[in-house]
Amino acid sequence: MTMSSFVELEGVAKRWNGQLGVENISLDIPEGSFTALLGPSGCGKSTTLRLLAGLELADEGKILIDGKDVTTSAASDRNLSMVFQSYALFPHLSVAENVIFGLKVRRVPKKERQIKQHKALEITGLLGYEDRKPGELSGGQRQRVALARAIVAGQRLCLMDEPLSNLDAKLRNSVRKDIKKLQRDLGITVVYVTHDQTEAMSMADTVVLMKDGHIQQVGAPEELYNRPSNTFVAEFVGAPPMALIDSSGLNGFGEGKTIGIRAENIEIVPKGTGRLRCSVNECEFLGSETLIGLNYTGASGLCVLKPGLSKMPEGEEVDINFNDENLHVFDDAGDRLVKR
Amino acid sequence: MSAHVNLERRRQAIYGWLLLSPAALLLTVFAFYPSIATLWSSMFSRGTRRNPSEFIAGGNYADLFADPTFWLVVKNNLFYAAITIPVSIIIALSMALWANSKISARGFVRTAYFTPTVLPMIAAANLWLFFYTPGLGVLDQIGNFFGLPSVNWLGQPETALWAIIIVTIWKEAGFFMIFYLAALQTISADLKEAADIEGTSRWTYTRRIVLPLLMPTTLFIAVNAMINSVKLIDHLFILTKGGPSDASKLILYYIWEMAFAFFDAPHAAAMTILVIVVLGVVAAIQFFYLDKRTHYQ
Repeated sequence: MTMSSFVELEGVAKRWNGQLGVENISLDIPEGSFTALLGPSGCGKSTTLRLLAGLELADEGKILIDGKDVTTSAASDRNLSMVFQSYALFPHLSVAENVIFGLKVRRVPKKERQIKQHKALEITGLLGYEDRKPGELSGGQRQRVALARAIVAGQRLCLMDEPLSNLDAKLRNSVRKDIKKLQRDLGITVVYVTHDQTEAMSMADTVVLMKDGHIQQVGAPEELYNRPSNTFVAEFVGAPPMALIDSSGLNGFGEGKTIGIRAENIEIVPKGTGRLRCSVNECEFLGSETLIGLNYTGASGLCVLKPGLSKMPEGEEVDINFNDENLHVFDDAGDRLVKR
Repeated sequence: MSAHVNLERRRQAIYGWLLLSPAALLLTVFAFYPSIATLWSSMFSRGTRRNPSEFIAGGNYADLFADPTFWLVVKNNLFYAAITIPVSIIIALSMALWANSKISARGFVRTAYFTPTVLPMIAAANLWLFFYTPGLGVLDQIGNFFGLPSVNWLGQPETALWAIIIVTIWKEAGFFMIFYLAALQTISADLKEAADIEGTSRWTYTRRIVLPLLMPTTLFIAVNAMINSVKLIDHLFILTKGGPSDASKLILYYIWEMAFAFFDAPHAAAMTILVIVVLGVVAAIQFFYLDKRTHYQ
């Protein structure tokens, strides 16, 4: 791709009292893209975002935004906006004042302020709420005020720190779409932190999966799903997660390897014709399909999806089959072996 | 059915009165009754052996309004309040903002600021007596070192009230700082970061975000400072006894003098009533007016 990177991190590290924060973070984020930093809590994704925002300063490495080295710049000199997990709205200011707070600080003329405020509130569907205080709004509305405050300045880079984690599941779904649409319409670059893989997979162009302060894999959602670079990625991405089977329990793969297989690639076959014989340990009805968990020595997370409602009694023995081409092979350190 | 509802309603009413009664009883014994009794006795003349006490309605009040000492004391107290209230609030706020920021030895700074509050006023006044004493006092010693003449801070009318004011501010600021510190802790760090990203200067952040969010605390402190400006007179007993020539006499001290030095209870009662009325009016203004302009979280 010829698109030059808009945001660049080169070997960035941050440690607290010698303890690991994040280590060796290198990223290229093209302009106008949606990048999700994904990982379990404590993996360093928020730290990475805060380093990018300038709320923390890196101990090592370089950060470039729009070709400018901002490694040691103050947050305000980085030309970015941010949406906080807590929204960080000023509780004593009205919606309108919250939105234009930054414009006022930068002494934008009143006329221009009003136009921008109107536009930002229109985009976020908050017209008519100008005079309300944040305390008088619902969670979803507060979240939109935070969004409006982030977009009103017209910065090309917007950082979002788990902006949906305080919303209920239903609202989360609709706001997710709103944010994605907003990002596309405005053509801004978004770096988005989340611990929810559904969020990351459905919104992002690029997903950065992190664990213990290190990047595990960077790639498009389908890449992470179809070609996980190690067993952590395999088990983190996808619902249900990929099943991992010790290679000694499977013919033809030798010892010391781990074999990964996704539920949709497994089928239940008549007894005697399958490659593995397992026992059913749980059944979960999901609506359009039923998830059947299976027990097999040396395997974890083994399950199979059956269409519709088709519960099976616990403890029943079944044979399963799968194709070799759907298998993912990892070495004894958990790294992917076969690059397909 | 309706009998049951009635019973339930009566039971609720009884609960209500039972819950109210401890506070009502205490307030009656220690606030309402004394106030009314004071008002009552302020309308009688001082009884002597020859002239027994008789009802004179506003006579005592008329005496007070004609008494130049009363007006001097009122003037002193207004001046005292006008200086101690704003200055102690401003100092408390600055100390709190400083002690709340990332400084080394933060615990030590906070403790140091709080010490005057823990010290009983009488002990503190004795300490300050040592500062102020001419010749021996620390202030004079420092002055001497720079070749300045000795000053009798407490002994001359021009400086006596100022000396009292400084002790009060020193005593109050640390106490108010604790409230400000507590309020500052409740302001989320996210707000600072959100403001930082917008490029807000420290001063703008303090003025536009911190001060408005501290308004409820400021209101509370202002009411307390006002009450203290009338109530806090312990140090007068040690430092000046209201002198010289009433230059540092405050209203409550004058009331005490009237009642227990001159044994003129009716005039003291009349003065007490005036103080209650004025304090009540000012507190009402503070609460009803400022409350509307204050954001409570």
